Amino acid sequence: MRKLGGVRAPHRKGTADSAPRPIPIPPEIRLPMSMHIGAPAKPIVKAGDTVQVGQLIGEAAGFVSSPVHASVSGKVKRVDEYDAVTGLGAASVVIESDGEQTPYDGLRAPELSDMKSFLDAVRDSGVVGLGGAGFPTAVKLTVKDVSAVDYILINGAECEPYITSDTRTMLDETEMLEEGALLLQKYLGVKSIVFGVESNKPGPIKKLTEFASRRDGIEVRTLPALYPQGGEKVLIYQITGRRVPEGKLPLDIGVIVLNCTTLTAIVKYIRTGMPLVSKCVTVDGSAVINPGNVVAPIGAPLAALFDFCGGLKDDVKKVLMGGPMMGIAVPDTDMPVLKATNAALAFSEKDALLPAETPCIRCGRCVSHCPMGLAPLEFERTYRLKKPELLEKYKVNLCMECGCCAYSCPAKRMLVQYVKLSKIMLREYQAAQKAAAEKKEAAV
Amino acid sequence: MNGLTVSVSPHIRDGATTRRIMLDVLIALVPAAVASVVIFGARAALVIAFCAAACVLLEAAYERALGRGITAGDLSACVTGVLLAFNLPVSIPLWQAFVGCVAAIILVKQLFGGLGKNFANPAITARIVMFLAFSVTMTKWTGGGGLFGETYDAVTGATPLTMIAQGNTGALPEITDMLLGVRGGCLGETSVLALALGGAYLVARRVITWHTPAAFILTVLAFTALLGREPVYQMFSGGLFLGAIFMATDYVTTPQTAAGRLIFGLGAGLITVVIRVYGSYPEGVSYSILLMNILTPYINRLTVKKAFGGARA
Ligand code: SF4
Ligand code: SF4
Repeated sequence: MRKLGGVRAPHRKGTADSAPRPIPIPPEIRLPMSMHIGAPAKPIVKAGDTVQVGQLIGEAAGFVSSPVHASVSGKVKRVDEYDAVTGLGAASVVIESDGEQTPYDGLRAPELSDMKSFLDAVRDSGVVGLGGAGFPTAVKLTVKDVSAVDYILINGAECEPYITSDTRTMLDETEMLEEGALLLQKYLGVKSIVFGVESNKPGPIKKLTEFASRRDGIEVRTLPALYPQGGEKVLIYQITGRRVPEGKLPLDIGVIVLNCTTLTAIVKYIRTGMPLVSKCVTVDGSAVINPGNVVAPIGAPLAALFDFCGGLKDDVKKVLMGGPMMGIAVPDTDMPVLKATNAALAFSEKDALLPAETPCIRCGRCVSHCPMGLAPLEFERTYRLKKPELLEKYKVNLCMECGCCAYSCPAKRMLVQYVKLSKIMLREYQAAQKAAAEKKEAAV
Repeated sequence: MNGLTVSVSPHIRDGATTRRIMLDVLIALVPAAVASVVIFGARAALVIAFCAAACVLLEAAYERALGRGITAGDLSACVTGVLLAFNLPVSIPLWQAFVGCVAAIILVKQLFGGLGKNFANPAITARIVMFLAFSVTMTKWTGGGGLFGETYDAVTGATPLTMIAQGNTGALPEITDMLLGVRGGCLGETSVLALALGGAYLVARRVITWHTPAAFILTVLAFTALLGREPVYQMFSGGLFLGAIFMATDYVTTPQTAAGRLIFGLGAGLITVVIRVYGSYPEGVSYSILLMNILTPYINRLTVKKAFGGARA
């Protein structure tokens, strides 16, 4: 078996024991229509409309899309056509909350009878990949031939430092995970459900094993605490030994991966009819006064989460949505919590300092740590040489931007930056190639 | 709240820096430096200090003249200086050592764009330049004194490799002396034990991997055994340990993957033996490393790791 690279990033899971507490409902929330991969949802409310918690406000626009529901009760203040705050480039609905959190009276638990009704329920729940990817879950589960699916893997690796929201899901909502696994077995007909959890989470492993040992086809696998075990391809390989070939999906090798919180969100909808409207978010980092886990309505500004956790220290210099390895640094704390947001981290000046870049010394650390077996040092050089055909050869498209390379680089090269730039260059090149080929074909 | 830093992920980095790596290399060189002073006398310390200082100052002066940032803080010039000194006889006139430093820092390193850009190992190349320019002083194994002065005097005339080349195997020192380094040779290359200690430190600190040194040294051992040419002496003599552990593992000029490093070590070992046995020089480590430096880009291309799940590269 090939040993995949990775890094022993610090764990810093200090909030693992902090049971999530709900934050006070903020006076105003913002729900972007594009919190998922695929077509943005279509807003179906307008300024002045009254909405209640769980009410549909954005319709899924097509197959690869996801509906959006009001996370607070109150009045629609406006629908921004171009969303400058989130930069997501689609509309967003701003709701002024009335603080009542009145549930929508049209909520009904879905009736399940077969695979189709189950998938419809998943679609209507508004659930997307909550591990961070945000891919619509219903699309992932819609499989032409279920008999070709050998495993559904439930991702509880939570390999990013600081984040403990999935840990809390596994500890606090264990029975929902059990129910979810049974639902998957029943309605999708997939026999084998495997939970993958990093070894640094003995609590969740114990709780999951308790029910798994009583059930047929449900298994818990302990993964090494080596970032990025939670990366989809890494997780699949560690648990099943299968490799996702270039340009293919996990489904093509008979595997589906769901994040554990994704699964509980589906179960919540199936139990109560309440779609995905709130998230457990880990609030941590050196600039947070009282770090802890919180439950926040989707669309709440990050500032509301930080305020609830005692506020930010004066020397705050960097705010992240997501973990320190792959999270996005945001320009201000107005940014709303998205469906896939699992952490809001704030760091003081000394942790936000950018290390000085020195010349690459060709030490090969980036190569040996890359889980995908790539040569990150070549991306920067090749990008600067403007050689997209070489980038293709170096397989920059296989990079999952996990950051292991830059993390371990002694010269502190911003390798992920060059990966992103290289991917754009390669995409443009490939599009141009394709266009040229088509033109030639048309001419013939 | 204003002025949050927006930067690309990852937002945390591990503690490794270029400076720390170079510092580890310097630490690993300490045992051999101490051995050289014990074996060859105080002048060894003078040569080492002189070369290190000259390399650092030359680099700073060059960067200053070109208006570039001074990079002396990364300690790489210091490493080059010490390694160059290790490759010189203790009796080398300092002005000649200075010429070597100029060759290493200016010619090989800076003219190619500084750290990370040179294709050949600066210390190795400088040694070869000096060998060609100052062939008399570069092969004069006398002078110094040191703790083992008398024992050492017995072998002043020739290095073990010269003895083997001349068929004078009867005069070879004891194996224990070979291990300790009490023999003729460049000042930092003789104490195999001290060098191996440094190498172990570097492997333990994960600064280098075992691949190149092991492949290099074992290839020399196996190949000379095959040829029936005093394999054990071949292994312990000349600059083999110094070259295999400290020069053939130079990041910039050697391959990045384990497979590439094995190929590098194997190739360098073979070339070393060919030069030693069939060439007119008794020693071939420097040339073999330089040749493999030149081949490194090709080795890198040959040994690109197969991407995980990737189609044929
Ligand atoms: S880890 Fe950094 S210094 Fe080392 S080869 Fe990669 S890019 Fe260069
Ligand atoms: S090249 Fe991509 S996949 Fe490899 S370590 Fe860097 S970010 Fe991760």
